[in-house]
Amino acid sequence: MREVTDWLVHQFNITFVVSNRYRLFIEGFRNTIIIALCAAVIGIFIGSVVAMVRVYCAQTGRLKIIDILFGAYLAIFRGTPIVVQLLIMYYIILQSLHNALLVAVIAFGINSGAYVAEIVRAGILSVDIGQTEAGRSLGLPAFRTLILIVLPQAIKNILPALGNEFVILIKETSVASFITVRDLARAGANVRATTMEPYFSLIFVALVYFCLVFGVTKLLRILERRLAKSDRNNSR
Amino acid sequence: MTEIIAVKNLWKNFGDNQVLKNIDYIINQGEKIVVVGPSGSGKSTFLRCLNLLETPTSGKIIFEGEDITNASKRLNKIRRKMGMVFQNFNLFPHLTVRGNIILAPVNLKLMNRDEANKRADKLLARIGLSDKAETYPNMLSGGQKQRIAILRSLAMNPDIMLFDEPTSSLDPEMIGEVLALMKDLASEGMTMVVVTHEMGFAREVATKVLFMDGGRILEEAAPEEFFTAPKHPRLADFLSKVL
Repeated sequence: MREVTDWLVHQFNITFVVSNRYRLFIEGFRNTIIIALCAAVIGIFIGSVVAMVRVYCAQTGRLKIIDILFGAYLAIFRGTPIVVQLLIMYYIILQSLHNALLVAVIAFGINSGAYVAEIVRAGILSVDIGQTEAGRSLGLPAFRTLILIVLPQAIKNILPALGNEFVILIKETSVASFITVRDLARAGANVRATTMEPYFSLIFVALVYFCLVFGVTKLLRILERRLAKSDRNNSR
Repeated sequence: MTEIIAVKNLWKNFGDNQVLKNIDYIINQGEKIVVVGPSGSGKSTFLRCLNLLETPTSGKIIFEGEDITNASKRLNKIRRKMGMVFQNFNLFPHLTVRGNIILAPVNLKLMNRDEANKRADKLLARIGLSDKAETYPNMLSGGQKQRIAILRSLAMNPDIMLFDEPTSSLDPEMIGEVLALMKDLASEGMTMVVVTHEMGFAREVATKVLFMDGGRILEEAAPEEFFTAPKHPRLADFLSKVL
């Protein structure tokens, strides 16, 4: 028994206390959060714009060239691994930035945007076409009909899938270390490498990711339930 | 009589399926045109072509003297003048009854919010639903929904109202209140085109009844003649089944 506690205390010490290693974890956690949050904001922005333009184009036949470009964007970023995208961004396209964290934010944001675009588009298309026809028949232009009438109804369908995408994004940021970002996963790996002890460092990191994802998932559930409630009270 | 809509050589195909075959028709101000016919006859498509919800394959729609078939930019302005009522109401579920009525007038800057609200109150009072102004559509009965949908179109002060089977998805006991409002509009002189299966309404309100089948207008007559002395054998057959 004594031996076990000794071992535990020793492991704890070299993982967190010696050389203030806990700071590495805090820094890693901070970077992971920064990447996930900023990338989510960028992704939602890009995704919404792309989705709305694509729906608008499908309805009116305008902006054809932009639609083709956006189609290519979706195909490329959904069709290649995020690690490869990250490396290409860091070593080729954005090499002049010299800021790995910023490159990670941009790369994950653009990648996430491609997935969000499909989520938003599916949400918009799930709204009855009669809603669009009613708006257009009142003389509202196509884009305003989309914003004022269709999108508010689509959000209920979009939100759950968007939450999933955010959870996936949180976990995916763990490959940011490929371009030297010191994120949470990297912190664990670094500590393991210096202490030569894998147990505490890696399992602790796994635990933090789990709590993060678990918490976000719970929050989203609550939000969904709220929306479902307002759905029963307010619509159709 | 002033011509409001002229339909010229209208063809509409969905893929290989010819739904409208060379329709020519003129709608004058104040007329109440009721279109009847079996399902699949093209009557709803005909109606939806009038405000370009369906784009004609060929032919022209002239609205108040202007060819609107290719008026992509002006189309939104023109549609304000053509109210449309749908079979499934298509009220906006995320907005209150008031929100539904004032959305387009306010957003298109035809009225400011106060004016639009006053207009909505007036319209609601007219059908006795003033107490429903702040409720959401899902709390209304089908008949109430459809009457609100009619008000929503009226709020735009249209020159013509298009009705696409407005009573077809209603419970039988709700049909009367919707038809009553439509009769009311008719008696005020509103120009109306109504696609419906309500023969009683056609007989009572229509200035002209059209019979469509197979994408063509087979017969056009005043209701008295239409129902008592049908000329086309297909119409005689149709009437013998529905009356």
